[in-house]
Amino acid sequence: MRLRAERLGARRGEDLLFSDISFDLGSGDALVLTGRNGSGKSTLLRVVAGLLPAEAGRVLWTGKDETVRAGEACHYLGHRNAMKAELTVRENLVFWKSFLGDLEGGAGMSVVEAADRVGLGGIAHLPFGYLSAGQQRRMAFAKLLVAYRPVWILDEPTAALDTRAEQTFTDLIKQHLAAGGMLLAATHQPLGLENARELRMTGFSDLPEAFLQ
Amino acid sequence: MMALLLRDLKLSVRAGGGALIGVLFFMTVVAVIPFGVGPDLNLLSRIGPAIVWIGALLSALLGLDRLFQTEREDGSLDLILMQEHPLVLTVLVKCLAHWLANGLPLVIASPLLGLFMNMSETAIGAVALTLLVGSPALTFIGAVGAAVAVALPRGGLLVSILVLPLAVPVLIFGVSASYAAVEDPAPFMPPFLMLSAITMFFAVLGPVGAALALRNAGD
Amino acid sequence: MTESLAITKFSDLANPTRFLALVARLLPWMACLTAGLFAVGLYLSFTTEGDYQQGETVRIMYVHVPAAWLSMMCYSVMALSAIGTLVWRHPLADVSHKAAAPLGAAFTLIALATGSLWGKPMWGTWWVWDARLTSVFILFLMYLGLIALNRALDDPSRAARLSAVLILVGFVNIPIIKFSVDWWNTLHQPASVVRLDGPTIAPEFLVPLLVMALAFTLLFFTLHLMAMRNEIWRRRVGAQRRMAARMAGREA
Repeated sequence: MRLRAERLGARRGEDLLFSDISFDLGSGDALVLTGRNGSGKSTLLRVVAGLLPAEAGRVLWTGKDETVRAGEACHYLGHRNAMKAELTVRENLVFWKSFLGDLEGGAGMSVVEAADRVGLGGIAHLPFGYLSAGQQRRMAFAKLLVAYRPVWILDEPTAALDTRAEQTFTDLIKQHLAAGGMLLAATHQPLGLENARELRMTGFSDLPEAFLQ
Repeated sequence: MMALLLRDLKLSVRAGGGALIGVLFFMTVVAVIPFGVGPDLNLLSRIGPAIVWIGALLSALLGLDRLFQTEREDGSLDLILMQEHPLVLTVLVKCLAHWLANGLPLVIASPLLGLFMNMSETAIGAVALTLLVGSPALTFIGAVGAAVAVALPRGGLLVSILVLPLAVPVLIFGVSASYAAVEDPAPFMPPFLMLSAITMFFAVLGPVGAALALRNAGD
Repeated sequence: MTESLAITKFSDLANPTRFLALVARLLPWMACLTAGLFAVGLYLSFTTEGDYQQGETVRIMYVHVPAAWLSMMCYSVMALSAIGTLVWRHPLADVSHKAAAPLGAAFTLIALATGSLWGKPMWGTWWVWDARLTSVFILFLMYLGLIALNRALDDPSRAARLSAVLILVGFVNIPIIKFSVDWWNTLHQPASVVRLDGPTIAPEFLVPLLVMALAFTLLFFTLHLMAMRNEIWRRRVGAQRRMAARMAGREA
């Protein structure tokens, strides 16, 4: 399994955010994007997930099944949790488990087990809207466990979390990587991963003057 | 796909889902008409089918701009777009769920409003039947507008402006068929079959257009 | 390990510079040709005989019919551009259908207004729910909706792609709308009302009509090219302003 990006470029509105970004992730690899706000971290993640069209370059996925697009091999956890406040946590997770399904080559956990893993097994019967921000984030993370995807794309996964929950996250990510998964994450805080590569996004705001002519 | 259908149905029934609001709006609009045109029962029974249809058209559009907007607000739309189910089918299922939760209650409420409008039994039956066949078309064509609304900060009104002209044929054939059932010389079947054909056509065009718009509305 | 971010110079707005150069060369010729055709067309329109039934009002036809024809052609141009936007993602296509929408609305408005003026002496009323007038009116509403959509979105390329989808959905729908309005019209309209079709056009009307139609078509393309040029300029100005804002941010 490989996820490759070749010379990616993207723009936000009329402004070019980044260009010529390439990386290559194999089983067990992690790539962490760092950089200030507005440097294009989120945009790069969304381009890899196939949610935004790339201005240039392409994202390639090679796996067991050749017909799978790169986006389909990915879990995407953005700023928003993609859970419905009106439904209970269990209903939310059951829906995503059934809607997303497993990619070939792995199997997701049961809903109960996933809720246990993020440390909130006891409250899965509550409506999602009743949970605190930190608990909601954890439950959103449980969504990654119920359906198997080799690539996890996480955008600021540890925002709104205390250190203990962060540790849980780091452990889950490590298990995912140890099982041959891949990680692509944008973050402000270090995630505590030992072997992660780092891609520093600078954005275009400190370009040389000559460029502007 | 069943999971999506069930989830959307649950959402529309739970608090905050607007299934009942649409019906209430429908009844209010129709109930207000007699205050405008006067309580003349003959006149009301004559314009009744048209009024009920227009009320249904407006309330069908009312709830539609939220079809994808709520999904976008909590981030679910991203995950839905990433799955290749294919997207057209996903949109179709969402439309069906929306119609079951919002369109079908309108159809069920229409006979009651027909009574208020002093319509004959035949006319009431014809309006309910044409609404049953025609209202899915409104949902399907409105889905395109709803998909465009995803990119708009305040979509509601603009979406109605964009969608209403496209809904004119549905209205024309729906109302024509209702009148044809009451007034003798005109045959009922041609406009009714035309209405069915339009619904089937929109069942294809709507989801295709909406999927195309959703793919392009990403931010 | 750190992968550095290479910065490549980004090309200016998908480079429509060649288009601008072409427009600069074409525009004077097209403008002159349009003016000439209008001179001939108007001269012919006002010197030919009035109709024995309709009198002088028949001259409205020389404006009304070309405008109505353009209102439909403009939508076809927009539909073609919309395909260009969605299939080839060509930036000029984006600009093209955005620039064409107000023109289409203007020609549709002219068609409606002249139709109404013509209707007053012919039918004795400013507006009848005639099948043609009604469908043109719906077309007018569709143009206005598209313009409003373009204004409501701040990101031009996203606005272009979304309105392209709507243009195409509308384009597929136009025949259905036309057909249904015709049906509705024959259902409701008693035969006593004079239909717009009238008698077939006599040759002495045909020549000025054709010249005027040609003049209007050229006028449309001239205006369309100018509007596209303006839109490109507008975007460039916008890009430079954003750049200026960024530079100011860096100096601070």
